[in-house]
Amino acid sequence: MTQFNWSLINFAWLPILPLIVVAVGAMGVLLAGVQVDDEDSGALGILTIALLVFAAVLSLLLFGGRPSVAFSGALAAGGYTAYFDLLVLFAAAMTALMSVEYAADQGLAGAEYYALLMFAALGMMLMAAGDDLIVIFLGLETMSIAIYALAGFMRHDPRSNEAALKYFLLGAFSTGFLLYGIAFIYGATGSIKLEPIEAALSRPATDNALLLAGVGLLLIGFGFKIAAVPFHMWAPDAYEGAPTPVTAFMAVGVKAAAFAAFVRIFMVHLGPLGPQWTMVLWVMAGLTMTVGNLAALVQTNIKRMLAYSAIAHAGYILVGMTAAAAPRAGGAILYYLLGYAFTNLGAFTVVVALERRGAIHDNLADYRGLAARHPFLAAAMALFMLSLAGVPPLAGFFGKFYIFSAALDAHLLWLTIIAVINSVISAYYYLSVLIAMYVREGGVEPAALRTRPALIATLVIAAAGTVAIGLFPQPYITSAAGAFVSALGNAPHHHVVLSR
Amino acid sequence: MLLTWFPILVTLAVAALVVGGMVTINRLTGPRRPSKIKGEEFECGNPPTGQAWGRFSVHFYLTALLFVVFDVEVIFLYPWAVELRHLGMFGLVEALIFIGILTVGLVYAWQRGALDWN
Repeated sequence: MTQFNWSLINFAWLPILPLIVVAVGAMGVLLAGVQVDDEDSGALGILTIALLVFAAVLSLLLFGGRPSVAFSGALAAGGYTAYFDLLVLFAAAMTALMSVEYAADQGLAGAEYYALLMFAALGMMLMAAGDDLIVIFLGLETMSIAIYALAGFMRHDPRSNEAALKYFLLGAFSTGFLLYGIAFIYGATGSIKLEPIEAALSRPATDNALLLAGVGLLLIGFGFKIAAVPFHMWAPDAYEGAPTPVTAFMAVGVKAAAFAAFVRIFMVHLGPLGPQWTMVLWVMAGLTMTVGNLAALVQTNIKRMLAYSAIAHAGYILVGMTAAAAPRAGGAILYYLLGYAFTNLGAFTVVVALERRGAIHDNLADYRGLAARHPFLAAAMALFMLSLAGVPPLAGFFGKFYIFSAALDAHLLWLTIIAVINSVISAYYYLSVLIAMYVREGGVEPAALRTRPALIATLVIAAAGTVAIGLFPQPYITSAAGAFVSALGNAPHHHVVLSR
Repeated sequence: MLLTWFPILVTLAVAALVVGGMVTINRLTGPRRPSKIKGEEFECGNPPTGQAWGRFSVHFYLTALLFVVFDVEVIFLYPWAVELRHLGMFGLVEALIFIGILTVGLVYAWQRGALDWN
């Protein structure tokens, strides 16, 4: 009979410390919420933000750490994981901050809302850390199930119910594709861990047809999660119906986490198959940008417009992935996601500012004449719209600039031309919001902002980030590039993808 | 290459043979005395009352959900208990964390009144 092993020394808990903090914190908020009245849920929001910031500080300490693996290679620690941890925690904290007054106004039950937000963040961090397809899948499910519930959180609003049901049905369907792809890849390579899978790519015995089928199914699964055309149909309805802070979190957090896993699997580990999958991504990127922008042109509801805008931005990021052959592409994608996070969180905060219980005011017509009544709100919205349109010197401009130059490095001339044309098209609908606010008259009278300090704080942080990341891009692009390189450091067999 | 899949083909054939054989033999040899009660959709001995689309108390769902959680817990704990010696202290602590997380869920459900039947 074997001796009972009392040792705990081999347990590498340091790399998952931020995850532990978020998980325990979420459970704590859930239990604390039982004692707190729903009216006093603002305190829980502050507690949530404090816990998320604490986890972010821990991630920051891990940021400079050497790339390493934990749990026998199931989790990767290091710059890449820490970069996305920070991004996701920031998005979650900003979502909580813009929800504090919104939740009280809309009568959302408190504790569950914040606990689900933290559980979703936990899943996103797990997706970013996963060096194993099953861990990525678990993270995806943890995130998705929490977000399905959050999307339907306004139980008495039919639109919210519709959003949750559509997101759930299509999300569950796409998870099936992803899991089936994982099964195929396991069948072809004999592993679910990314490094052995990469090593198996160069073995002649590997069944290529089985492998490519698996990779294709993974592409479909991730395509649903990032709302890439033709897997985007759920996005506008889900974005429109979900409570607005949740929509912001879906547009920023879910997208960042999905790209974290997508980029790690494809650009870091499936490099040798680059010629095959970049061909598919080329088409997907072109379609996603074009369909997203053209559909956004005709929207009259600002949340739907921002949903199609989010689809279009996923297309720009896919251009970066198609340019995997260029060494700069990885850093450009990570930088883009950072600037996009600040800008989009800010834009949705303005939408939250105009909403009141029973008076949703999310039509473009409601923004008419906003500049005269609320110059601060209108100026902030103008800043975010200009950044989304890619006007220098804001964050959105340099994001596009770095991605497009990486695409040119990879000799993707035609895709870059399509992307630039799309940027021009997108300026039309972003600027139409400005025209409504500054030129037109009418619209609605939002309640005084002075009573909503948390909302003002969210707006100021988002605006400051949008300007700072654009004005001084160098430190951010350096950390983004460094973070991507550290993911390569986790993959000793890395091959540079040759251009087609 | 294809030959490696041969055992699966044999399994499929055996499965079809066994199931098909059982159904056929039953059909050929079994006595058939149909009655009104046997022809009902849900043959459970009791005559059905009302429609299946009636409303149920939400408590059934809550209890079912709680049951699934602890059902799954037991499924995970059996293999853990068998391998406890091999897993050592690390496995013990991990199982305690697992049970602890589920306990948080139970405490939450309890405090929120999911176990009250009034």
